[in-house]
Amino acid sequence: MTTTTAPPPGTTSTPVKGRKPATRGRRAPSSGRRSTPLTIAMLAALAYFLLPLFWLLIASTKSTQDLFNSFGLWFSDAPQLLANVKATFTQDDGVFVHWLLNTVMYAVVSSVGAALLAAAAGYGFAKFRFRGDRLGFNLVLGAVMVPTTALAIPTYLLFAEAGLVNTPWAIILPSLVNPFGLYLMRVYAQDAVPDSILEAARIDGAGEARIFFTIALRLLAPGLVTVLLFTLVATWNNYFLPLIMLNDPDLYPITVGLSSWAAQAQNGGAGSSSDMLALVVTGSLISILPLVVAFLLLQRYWQSGLAAGGVKQ
Amino acid sequence: MAATTAAPAKGKRRAAGPLFVAPFMVLFLLLFLAPLGYAAYLSLFQERLIGGTAFVGLDNYVKAVQDPQLIHGVGRVALFFVIQVPVMLLLALLFALALDSGLLRLARVIRLGIFVPYAVPSVVAALMWGYLYGPDFGPFAQLSRDLDLPVPRFLSEGWMLGSLANIVTWEFVGYNMIILYAALRTIPTELYEAAAMDGAGAWRIAWSVKLPALKPALMLTLLFSVIGSFQLFNEPNLLMKVAPDVISSSYTANLYAYSLAFTGQQVNYAATVSFLLGLVIVIASYAILLTANRRRTP
Repeated sequence: MTTTTAPPPGTTSTPVKGRKPATRGRRAPSSGRRSTPLTIAMLAALAYFLLPLFWLLIASTKSTQDLFNSFGLWFSDAPQLLANVKATFTQDDGVFVHWLLNTVMYAVVSSVGAALLAAAAGYGFAKFRFRGDRLGFNLVLGAVMVPTTALAIPTYLLFAEAGLVNTPWAIILPSLVNPFGLYLMRVYAQDAVPDSILEAARIDGAGEARIFFTIALRLLAPGLVTVLLFTLVATWNNYFLPLIMLNDPDLYPITVGLSSWAAQAQNGGAGSSSDMLALVVTGSLISILPLVVAFLLLQRYWQSGLAAGGVKQ
Repeated sequence: MAATTAAPAKGKRRAAGPLFVAPFMVLFLLLFLAPLGYAAYLSLFQERLIGGTAFVGLDNYVKAVQDPQLIHGVGRVALFFVIQVPVMLLLALLFALALDSGLLRLARVIRLGIFVPYAVPSVVAALMWGYLYGPDFGPFAQLSRDLDLPVPRFLSEGWMLGSLANIVTWEFVGYNMIILYAALRTIPTELYEAAAMDGAGAWRIAWSVKLPALKPALMLTLLFSVIGSFQLFNEPNLLMKVAPDVISSSYTANLYAYSLAFTGQQVNYAATVSFLLGLVIVIASYAILLTANRRRTP
C-alpha cells in the first residue's frame, strides 16, 4: 500500500518506508557500528516508560487485599487475573461492558467521520481553487490553537439548549471537527495526489466524486489512517467532554466510568466497595489494550502519515 | 481538442471544490465558531438574584483578571509549561536523534515502547501514577520503607506540580519523539553526505544539519504543548481525589472553569473564564510562532 503513495521525486515531505533503504542505505549500520552504551541508555529510558504498564499488568492479577499487602512490582501469592476480569465485567450488572461498547462506538463513529471529513476538505483545499478558499483554510488553521476544553463549556451550554446533552451526539458531534486533521490531509493531498492523475481521470470522463472515492482516497490512505488513528485516540481517551456532557452511567465511556469507580474505591475503604480498587486496576488494563494493539498493527501507516504534518509548516 | 476538453473540466473543478470542503466547514461553523461566539456572548451577562440575567458589558472580564483564584490557576499552568515542556521536548529530541542515528540495537522495540504511553488514556495514566505515587502501597514507598529511607511524598504540596509534570511527560514524550523522528527521516541523505565530506562528525551533523531541518516539527510540538499545558485538567482532576488538600477546585485555570460551571452554577462567569483561557492560549501560541519566524529571518 505504501508504495502507491510514493511522492514524485523531489518532494521530501512524504517518507515512504520502502524508499528508505534506497536513499539512506549508507546509514543502515553494520552491527559493528552500533553503540552499546547508547542502547543501554535508551533501554533505561524504555524501562521508565514501561514501568507503570508493568505495574498495571502485575496489579491486575491481585485482589484489593493483595494490592495493599504485597510488593507492587511483583506477583502476589494468589494471582487472580481471571477472577478480576470476571468481576470487572459483572460489577453493577455489567456496566463496564456498556462503557466499553460506548467507547468503541463513540471512538469509531467519530474517527471515521472526522477522517473522511478532513480528507474531503483537505483534498478540496489542496486540489481546487475557489472563492474564499484561503480565508476558509486560514480560519481552520487558526482554530488549531483553540483548546478543545475551552470550547467544551460553551458547547455544553449550546447543546443543553438544543437538547443534545446526555445523548451520544454530545460526544460524537464535537469530535467530528478536527482542524489539525484537515491541515494534515491538505499537506498530504498536495503531494500524494498528483494533478496528472486527476487530469487523466477527468479526460476519461470520471466525475469529481468518483475520482475522489476511487482514486484520491486510495492515495490518501496513509494520511487518512493517521487522522483516523489520532482521532480514535482522542475520542477513546476523551474525558473532559463526556464528563460534562453525560450524567447517565449507561452512556459513559470507559474513562468517565473508571474515574467514577476510582472515586468509589477512594471513598469506601470497607463494605460493599472494598474490592473496588482491583476492578479499577483491571478495568484500566482492559481499556488500554485495544488502542495499543491498533497502534502496533497500523504503525507503518500512521508513522508515514505523521511525517507529512511534521515537516511542512 | 485539448482546449475544448480542458475548459469544461476547469469549470467543473471550480464547482466541485466547495462541495468537498462544505461538510467540514459547516460542522466547523456549528461546533467551533458558534460555541466561541456563544461564550463571548454569555460572558457579557451576569445572573442577578433580583431581575434575572442582566447585560453587564465587560464586568465579568474585569472581575476575572482580578480574580486571585484564576490568576493562581493560570500562574500554576504557566510555571508548569515553563518547566515541563522544555524537559519533555528535549527528551523527545534526544530520543529521536538517538533512534535516527542508526547506532541503536532494538531500535524498533525502543521506539514503539516509548510511544506506547500515548495510547494510554490520561485518566488511566493519572490513576496508575496516582497509585504508584501512593504513600501506602505505591512501590516507591514500599521500596523506601524496606530500605529504611524516608518515604517520598509525591502527593504533597511541594511535590504535586512535579508529580503532575512527570505524568504528562510520561504520556507525551513518545508522541513528540515520533513527530520529530518522522521529520528526521525525511531529511535527504545528500545533506549528510555533503556535511560528512566537509569533515563533520556525528554531533556536528546533528547540530548543524538535523536541528535546523527539524525546526518546523519542533514548532509543531511546541505549539501542541502550549495548548496542552494551559488546558491541563484530567490529571489534576483525578489526583484531586487522592490529594484533596493539595489540589483545590481552582488548581488549574481549566479546573476552575469547570467547577464554576458545574458546581458553582456560574455559567456566565465560567464562559468568561474559558473564553479568556482560550485567548491566553492563542496569544501564547502566536507569540511563539512570531518569535520563531523572526529568528528565522533576522
